[in-house]
Amino acid sequence: MTEMTYRDALRKALYDAMTEDPSVILLGEEVGRYGGAYGVTKDLIKEFGAERVIDTPISEPAIVGAAVGAAMTGLRPVAELMYVDFIGMTMDQLGNQAAKIRYMFGGQIGVPMVLRTQGGTGRSAGAQHSQSLEALVMHTPGLRLAMPATVEDAYHLLRQSLRRPDPVVFIEHKALYTMKADVDLDAEPLPWGKAAVRRHGKDIVIVTYSRQLHYALKAADQLAKRGIEATVIDLRTLNPLDFDTIREHVQAVGRCMVVSEGVLTSGVAAELAARITEECFDYLEDPVVRVAGEDIPISVSATLEAGSVPNANLIENVAGRMVA
Amino acid sequence: MTSPATNSQLYDFYAGMRRVRTFEERVGELFVRGHSAGSMLHLSIGEESAAIGVCSAMKPQDTFTTHHRGHGIFLARGAEPARMMAEIGGKEAGYCHGKGGSMHIADMSLGHLGANAIVGGGIPAVVGAGLSAKIKKTGGVSVAFFGDGAMQQGILYESMNMAALWDLPVLFVCINNQYGMGTRIDQATRNTNLHERALAFGLEGRSVDGIDVEVVAEAARELMDQARAGRPGFLAVSCYRFYGHARKDKSPYRDPAEEEAGRLRDPVAHARAQLVSAGVVPEAQLDTLDAEIAAEMDATIDFTVAQSEPPLASMFRDVYAPEEPEPEPLRTRLDRVLARE
Ligand SMILES: Cc1ncc(C[n+]2csc(CCOP(=O)(O)OP(=O)(O)O)c2C)c(N)n1
Ligand SMILES: [Mg+2]
Repeated sequence: MTEMTYRDALRKALYDAMTEDPSVILLGEEVGRYGGAYGVTKDLIKEFGAERVIDTPISEPAIVGAAVGAAMTGLRPVAELMYVDFIGMTMDQLGNQAAKIRYMFGGQIGVPMVLRTQGGTGRSAGAQHSQSLEALVMHTPGLRLAMPATVEDAYHLLRQSLRRPDPVVFIEHKALYTMKADVDLDAEPLPWGKAAVRRHGKDIVIVTYSRQLHYALKAADQLAKRGIEATVIDLRTLNPLDFDTIREHVQAVGRCMVVSEGVLTSGVAAELAARITEECFDYLEDPVVRVAGEDIPISVSATLEAGSVPNANLIENVAGRMVA
Repeated sequence: MTSPATNSQLYDFYAGMRRVRTFEERVGELFVRGHSAGSMLHLSIGEESAAIGVCSAMKPQDTFTTHHRGHGIFLARGAEPARMMAEIGGKEAGYCHGKGGSMHIADMSLGHLGANAIVGGGIPAVVGAGLSAKIKKTGGVSVAFFGDGAMQQGILYESMNMAALWDLPVLFVCINNQYGMGTRIDQATRNTNLHERALAFGLEGRSVDGIDVEVVAEAARELMDQARAGRPGFLAVSCYRFYGHARKDKSPYRDPAEEEAGRLRDPVAHARAQLVSAGVVPEAQLDTLDAEIAAEMDATIDFTVAQSEPPLASMFRDVYAPEEPEPEPLRTRLDRVLARE
């Protein structure tokens, strides 16, 4: 076991992938000399040179578009968007190009690129640097979507993303970079597309991903002290979505809550709640409840920012009331 | 200001630039003392001549947008420093009630259409504001302030093309502090003669050295006059970012010798030396002025620290117009949903 941070694990995944596969290149703003705005690509330029670790101008649409072209012609690009909030600027290249090329061209070619980015609240970074925009990606057929919550997954999901045949959007959480854990990266990882059941309990299933996993686990600890046992499912990838695992546990437990940091309306939690309701209706004691971000932009004020997204106390409170 | 007034334009420019610098230093202090909302604070120290020089050519009916390093520009257009500082502290008393912060400060009453945290994000709005000024015949010019990093955003070129095509009263001002985060301008583009791009679109284009605020002001006056007459322009002001990109950045990617030389390109020190050597004002008078400004800016911190956080319920305000219903809070919805069971 080695202790490492989420950031270290991401960096190691890039390092190992680049060592193994000379076609892997990185491109993005400040990924080279600066080492990444959040330090993920630190010193990789020293290891692999400026030809493979490419500092780009501030030109997001062209960064993503160049990755598309590189991926179509034999490279494995990892493009980086410094903040997921900039994804809108690149949505043509991502949504109209990367996502549709395989399909439009009748299956002739795929776009095996990874778009690494980070999102979420926690730094008083304001309305344009704190969003959780995974629903936009999930709403675009053709794009895969990975959102690691743990140090192990930061490593394994990134390695696995770099072996996928199709474009993967890989969204890290800005509040997790300094999270530490003892990990054994040589242990066999869960396969790509499989959810992880992080805790087993008979009273309620909490389905979540990314940072909210940690709040859900904390809430589950608090609930346990009150005699309520929660199952906590970490989705790890939202596309592919491991609905089999969700179904199995929801059917066994009969009660489910979905937790997401993204805004409530038309969000990931809405999609999950709809599917669970459709597929597990006869097993459910109660309607599936969504706990998600408020339907508002994120403020720079730390008070308003924290109030805008779910936390452990809210999850505990809602789960407690559902089970009662 | 209690200092005796002089008839010198340079004295006024100096005072304006000193206010900007001192304000920015206090922003740094607010951060160190733990009262800022976050650390994404971008100081314009070293760039004061761009704000003061260009804004000296602006009129009350003019509008503008800024990038994320826009404190100085806003001050130059008449912002109240205490309300600015309170916004940077995320306080209710700030210009945007703690929702915007340093990177999203604005005051419509001063023509400030908003600072932006998206590089290039504020640029196209001046095309629309120029269109408004033209159609409504306000006589106003709309000015976009942005950094050298935004020179590589495609939206600038779409915007310059439209402004030229439609003969709009618009000025694009690039504050070229040589760096976009850790990337030096010559690492981001082959042609660093930035104004040449504007010429290619049929705009008036100039590049000036920001060391001399009077040179900046003169170029801005000429370009603003032309813009007001429907000939849009572009001005690049060359300067040096004295400190890190944001508060936590120590600029390890910069050569210390380069930094030292860069910090000699100091428009405030330059103006001060000119005032003294030309005998416009005795040095002691400038010292008095500096002390007054320091006291004014110190007070902004005290003000900010004493202010309250925005009330939690205010987070639902201003998503939509005040006459519209606010979004339903999650907890209200949950109470209803859970009660039904
Ligand atoms: C669209 C977009 N891309 C990237 C960023 C991250 N970022 C913030 S400031 C900055 C550098 C901007 O450089 P420049 O335009 O020269 O302005 P300066 O900071 O030097 O004033 C970058 C890359 C951003 N905020 N928005
Ligand atoms: Mg710059």
